[in-house]
Amino acid sequence: MSHSVKICNVVKRYDDFVAVNDISCEIKQGEFFTLLGPSGCGKTTLLRMIAGFNTIDGGKIYFDDKVINNIEAYKRDIGMVFQNYAIFPHMTVFDNVAYGLKARKVPKSEIEPRVLKALDLVQIMNLKDRKPSELSGGQQQRVALARAIVIKPGVLLMDEPLSNLDAKLRVQMRTIIRKLQRDLNITTIYVTHDQEEALAISDRIAIINSGRIMQVDTPATIYKKPQNTFVAGFIGTSNFMDGKIEQIGPDGVARIKLDAGFEFSIKLKKKYEGRVKISVRPEQFIMNDSGESGLPGEIQMYTFLGDFANYEVKLKNGQIIQANEYTKDIDFVREIGHKVNLGFNPEKVSIFNEEGTEVLS
Amino acid sequence: MNAESAPRRNLTKYFNFWNFVKYGSLLLLLVFLVYPFFSVIIHSFLDSDGGFTLASYKTFFTKPYYYRTLWNSLATSGLSTIFAVLLGVPLAYITTRFNVYWKKCINMLIIMSLMSPPFIGAYSWIMLLGRNGLITNLFAKMGITTPPIYGFGGIVLVFTLKFFPYVYLYVSGAMSSIDRSLEEAAENLGSSKLKRVLTITMPVIMPTLAAGAIMVFMSSLADFGTPMLIGEGYKVLPVLVYEEYMSEMGGNANMAGALSVVIICCSTAVLLIQKYVVARKNYVMTALRPPIVEQLTKGKRILLTALCMLVAVIAFLPQIVVIVTSFIKTNGPIFVQGFGLESYEKIFYKLSKNITNTFLFAIIAIVIIIVFGMLLSYLVVKKKSKISSALDLLLMFPYVIPGAVLGISMLVAFNKKPLMLSGTAIIMIIAYVIRKMPYTIRSSSALLYQIDPSIEEASINLGVSPMKTFFKITARMMAPGVLSGAILSWITTINELSSSIMLYSGKTATISVAIYTEVVRSSFGTAAALASILTVTTILSLLLFNWVSKGKVSVI
Repeated sequence: MSHSVKICNVVKRYDDFVAVNDISCEIKQGEFFTLLGPSGCGKTTLLRMIAGFNTIDGGKIYFDDKVINNIEAYKRDIGMVFQNYAIFPHMTVFDNVAYGLKARKVPKSEIEPRVLKALDLVQIMNLKDRKPSELSGGQQQRVALARAIVIKPGVLLMDEPLSNLDAKLRVQMRTIIRKLQRDLNITTIYVTHDQEEALAISDRIAIINSGRIMQVDTPATIYKKPQNTFVAGFIGTSNFMDGKIEQIGPDGVARIKLDAGFEFSIKLKKKYEGRVKISVRPEQFIMNDSGESGLPGEIQMYTFLGDFANYEVKLKNGQIIQANEYTKDIDFVREIGHKVNLGFNPEKVSIFNEEGTEVLS
Repeated sequence: MNAESAPRRNLTKYFNFWNFVKYGSLLLLLVFLVYPFFSVIIHSFLDSDGGFTLASYKTFFTKPYYYRTLWNSLATSGLSTIFAVLLGVPLAYITTRFNVYWKKCINMLIIMSLMSPPFIGAYSWIMLLGRNGLITNLFAKMGITTPPIYGFGGIVLVFTLKFFPYVYLYVSGAMSSIDRSLEEAAENLGSSKLKRVLTITMPVIMPTLAAGAIMVFMSSLADFGTPMLIGEGYKVLPVLVYEEYMSEMGGNANMAGALSVVIICCSTAVLLIQKYVVARKNYVMTALRPPIVEQLTKGKRILLTALCMLVAVIAFLPQIVVIVTSFIKTNGPIFVQGFGLESYEKIFYKLSKNITNTFLFAIIAIVIIIVFGMLLSYLVVKKKSKISSALDLLLMFPYVIPGAVLGISMLVAFNKKPLMLSGTAIIMIIAYVIRKMPYTIRSSSALLYQIDPSIEEASINLGVSPMKTFFKITARMMAPGVLSGAILSWITTINELSSSIMLYSGKTATISVAIYTEVVRSSFGTAAALASILTVTTILSLLLFNWVSKGKVSVI
């Protein structure tokens, strides 16, 4: 049975630079948990702290109820898949996978069946006598995966395991990883900078920026209900527009006026006055040739992408907005220079405070 | 509080073994490298009563007998460097860019001439062009007097032929790692072939060329055997150091110390130029598509091959001469008609001790070099800290020091209790280890840099402690680099003359020392037989090196 992982106020400093800044989160037993963020955000540092390759400068990490801060890396009983696979080049595939079992003094009679089973799970049984130099990137990745799971680790860590593969293989491998993780029910912490990969593979995602957690949620919630403008901008495409609360009623219904020239009313969860930022996804716009309720603009550029068309629309205040329109709904393409009106459903868009740090709607 | 102090305690446990290695080797280097050098420097400022004086330096810079040697050293080294460049660069260009025949053979001959015992060149050229030389006599019969080989000209000839391989090997390495697209781009932009070579190819290889030239200069500056044998009245610094020390035997090595300091200053200056001026401009390139090798017409191809072979064979000639002369019949020191094994009989009867000494000391030194070289290169590459970079600097220091200087410094430092080592085998082995370890460290480090840190982490992560991981994974992966480096250390150890000649005593003389003394006694037959043993061992070791390194590690 794999462990749950609890990260409490964890800090990592390099001289003046704080790489991991007071991060706390809990990962449930058997969960597929992803650390997602731009490069240099501290996600790999955090993963390596869990693995024991980086020291923990503050806070505590628990496996179940046990603090692991002072347990040495080689005693933590973790499986890890490295970004560049880290296959031992002087050993065969079989010996690579058996390495961890030998270190655990597993009886010889047990090693072979376990290794073969692991190789079978990642579908490379036929490669067991090969040397790593004779394997392709995808095959090496499978060896790395087999080597990590064969020891039945308490926690499985993966550091950007798919980033060196080509696009097609990436999709294939992530399905294999996900299935394997579910079947074996291993608590998995996965690091990536690829948002699509994170959305596809995870039970929950922690978005990290500058060493801090921005939001922890399921993929759908992260996409639909971003907690701040960083998350809204990092996941998918968002159009940010500035505006101002004109008036707010006792019932919490606020009248918001956008700088680009459009007013709408929405009930806010929090009391707030002053300037706001709203974020609208390109597919949330409803595009009309004319009309009253919406943002007036002019098409600057269009890109036809098959199932939908992407438009760049210049608003009255000069801001350029991305808007998508499904091609199944229309039988013409809007040309450059056309005047349009962009409407949206206020209930669906996100409204943030002026700094973009807090969601209001 | 708990969380703050605990990881630190953990960390010490984690790196315990490496701390031991780190501080242990630092201590050894301080005792056997730094301390001797300070002793020499201090001695250079002492008078015979032990008081402070600048007299030695004053004598050096005012008396022509002394300061002329500095000029001589710089002149021979400088001129040899120029000739080496003029010889090495065109040769490298031809072999890398044209489809000449027997490239591998040409390369091997050139590498072998570089790795040959240092004084064999001088010795062989004396055999050929000396007073009683083969060619001299041949020409004399025809009534032609050849110019004398002794002195300035001879030194430059031997240095050029012995050290031009540095330029050749460095430059041909760089030439074949220029990506084809670079020259194609120049061509595409409309520049002619000659212009391309001058404006693109040459500037790109310039830093490498400079590095090769500096190696030639430093090696020439440090060489002792060649000028000693062929220089006769023409004295260079290392020779003067030796003579001064020998004449001061029993007294203080004050003048010899001052001379050593002068040499070290010269070579350090050159090395600093290399490090801060030349190395900065280095262009890192990994050729994805190596440059095109031009296909020549048959006539031109044969002509260029003959040209390259001529140079390679002339460079290799000394070793052929040595082996051939070792089989010529002798009558006492004089060669007579016909072939025979007298020279070998004589050395096995008279000088077998030197042969066993050479191989025994070298084997012990190599074992120490392998163990320390492996651990130290790991420390320097993978466990970066202030101390490990200090170690790195100290370990490369012996590159700069001529063997004669190292020899003197060790004698000065270890001729009294508690470390009374002069005259022992131990002092020679220590000198070999210090002087030859850089080869092993450099080649192991080169390999270590290519080992991804996550390979070790993967092993630790799978439950193997860091120390066990080093032996199970890292050491295994380093092995080819360590082994190739060790072979180079081995080759240069058995051929070592300049420090041996300072440190040997009757009981610890090695082959190279014996060759030197036999040549001085004009016993050329035995000298040739001894040199042949070294040459053949060297060639066999080089073949082993090629087999082990699979062409991945360069000899330079």
